[in-house]
Amino acid sequence: MTKEEALFEYLVRIGDNSLILGHRMSEWCGHGPILEQDIALINIALDHIGQAKNWLALACEVEAKGRTEDDLAYHRDGFDFRNFLLVEQPNGHWGETLIRGFLFDTWNYYFTKTLTKSTNQQVADIATKSLKEISYHKNFSCDWIVRLGDGTEESHNKIQDALNRMWMYSGELFAMDEVDSILWKEGIGVDLSEIKKEWDVTINETLEEATLIRPADGWMQKGGKTGVHTEHLGYILAEMQFLPRAYPDAKW
Amino acid sequence: MSKKNWPLWEVFIRSKNGLSHKHVGSLHAADDEMAVENARDVYCRRSEGVSIWVVKSTEIYASDPGKSEELFETAKNKIYRHPTFYDIPKEIGHM
Repeated sequence: MTKEEALFEYLVRIGDNSLILGHRMSEWCGHGPILEQDIALINIALDHIGQAKNWLALACEVEAKGRTEDDLAYHRDGFDFRNFLLVEQPNGHWGETLIRGFLFDTWNYYFTKTLTKSTNQQVADIATKSLKEISYHKNFSCDWIVRLGDGTEESHNKIQDALNRMWMYSGELFAMDEVDSILWKEGIGVDLSEIKKEWDVTINETLEEATLIRPADGWMQKGGKTGVHTEHLGYILAEMQFLPRAYPDAKW
Repeated sequence: MSKKNWPLWEVFIRSKNGLSHKHVGSLHAADDEMAVENARDVYCRRSEGVSIWVVKSTEIYASDPGKSEELFETAKNKIYRHPTFYDIPKEIGHM
């Protein structure tokens, strides 16, 4: 694998995480538990879509085959998507959405923060621009985990249950493969074992404040980074890609 | 879904060039911190503000509309309280 191929793959992974999570969050539009939180979630969804656009556009530039970010978003099939299994999981109830966000946003914060020091200037620039938004996402998620965990007996049990079920998707966030290694050695990418330490601190502190119990690390699901997805991704793509596929000439 | 609503908060935003906070509307939130975050999401999506104040709607004590005559009407015939009878020197320009 050449350095350029690895960089393309890396950028697509980052972009796809934002794109798929952004789409998931957008499904809350009009369904939030209260108007104010509905708007908050949609703001976060839009942040993710905006970041996805930047990352995927850069991926296309690196690939240099004349594709655009829209081509990547709307004209790839499931096995070409490189997002974590975690972010494609269904919204479920409010607590499940928040646990998914909590695990990902915390990872995304430390990951993006490290990327701001990337030796690739374009990568560092997009990371710097995104970090303020991601910082807000992380705080939003952590606040809610504490509220619900340390809330009523019902909210505590629901959020603990969601955490237990979602935990098996957290392992993939830190699995280094060839792409990660190549870019880390180039100083472009991130050493995932380093951000695991920071992630652990925030996760543990937040769970403790929320009176929740961190699940034991058992069997971890993985595959998203290499295009092996859960059944949920197909449904997301069917909805997300319908319009550009049915009307290929449609313009914004 | 719970039928019980979170308390209502009044939101005041200071815009970039504004000297003081202005009332922009109200929203629901569980506590003051969430009220500020919600205000950010609901009222500052288009860079409207640089500072947010929130206050519980129940904490606002308002004037009685039934007393508006005695409160406000009485000022109407005291036009001498408006500084419109002074000549403003040219060099001061627009005031």
